[in-house]
Amino acid sequence: MNLFSLFRRPSSAPVARDRLQILLAQDRTGQGFSDLLRVLREDILAVVRRHMDIDFDRVNVQVGHGEKLSMLEIAVEIPDGFQAPRRASRRKRTPVPARRRG
Amino acid sequence: MAKVVVVTSGKGGVGKTTTTAAMGAALANLGQKVVVIDFDVGLRNLDLMMGAERRVVYDLINVIQGVAKLPQALIRDKRIDTLALLPASQTRDKDALTEEGVRRVITALRQMFDWVICDSPAGIERGATLAMRFADTAIIVTNPEVSSVRDSDRIIGLLDAKTLKAERGERVDKHLLITRYDQPRAARGEMLTIDDVLEILSTPLLGIIPESEEVLRASNLGSPITLNNPNSGAARAYFDAARRLMGEDIAMTVPVEKVGLFGKLFGRRAA
Repeated sequence: MNLFSLFRRPSSAPVARDRLQILLAQDRTGQGFSDLLRVLREDILAVVRRHMDIDFDRVNVQVGHGEKLSMLEIAVEIPDGFQAPRRASRRKRTPVPARRRG
Repeated sequence: MAKVVVVTSGKGGVGKTTTTAAMGAALANLGQKVVVIDFDVGLRNLDLMMGAERRVVYDLINVIQGVAKLPQALIRDKRIDTLALLPASQTRDKDALTEEGVRRVITALRQMFDWVICDSPAGIERGATLAMRFADTAIIVTNPEVSSVRDSDRIIGLLDAKTLKAERGERVDKHLLITRYDQPRAARGEMLTIDDVLEILSTPLLGIIPESEEVLRASNLGSPITLNNPNSGAARAYFDAARRLMGEDIAMTVPVEKVGLFGKLFGRRAA
């Protein structure tokens, strides 16, 4: 440190570079993810529709980025009053393995 | 064989139109036959930069819709006879810009010129994607500033995915042009350096255009900077970039503005 550095503001370019590097890493994986999510959504929809009649916009797939881990969240809304078909071997009605958002 | 070049950036205000005009005029000055096309439908400005705003009769949309023939819409430059402009429409009907129409116009222009330079609008919407659609080569105009670099990264992704070449499994030849570069500020750590930008975007460099008061002066006068003041630092940098685009091997430097004694004594600093 010399006398002049007392009067000089700290340089901002290295901050810009670091912010960009982190941001673009996120942007780039984000775009990859959005493609993955679209494919996942279509696949999940196809499977669920084999068993029940649901709308195309009733499947919500998203990735939440946390500090330590990211979470893949899949939410499928099922129509009101939907009843699972009875199975021949069991008398009891099987619960539908789907959860609502929220 | 003609080359189709798109001048693009994502972000607005970084110098796409200035670059299109300057590079077009530089290439024409080097003996090439050049047409510059404005793709910014509704907000055309390339005609202003070329000083041809009062000579616009027909435009790109008129040609696409069959209202005018291509030679009727082309405006030949009064200063260099190998340079021509195809202006954009000033109407708001952006849907008139169709992929098939653009393909027809560019195919015809390829037969008439050595270089077809497409000035892309800002953003990543229809106008921007159509401007890059048929490109062989892309010039990505970037300022050494965070939002511009981020948007350039996005555009590079689009060039690798949404162009005809990309869909055929080929590659658009991508070049980075860094504009408004202020060497002293970069040296003081106040601005991203060329190396920073190149490392982040990992795209080959076509040229470095220094920040220059001459750019605004040329725009005021409606004359591409490479014609208006060919000795200015920015114009020399554009000429170097044009030669590199033609395949010449030219050392990468940042041409500086020559300031005379008078300028040193009385000159004002650029804001």
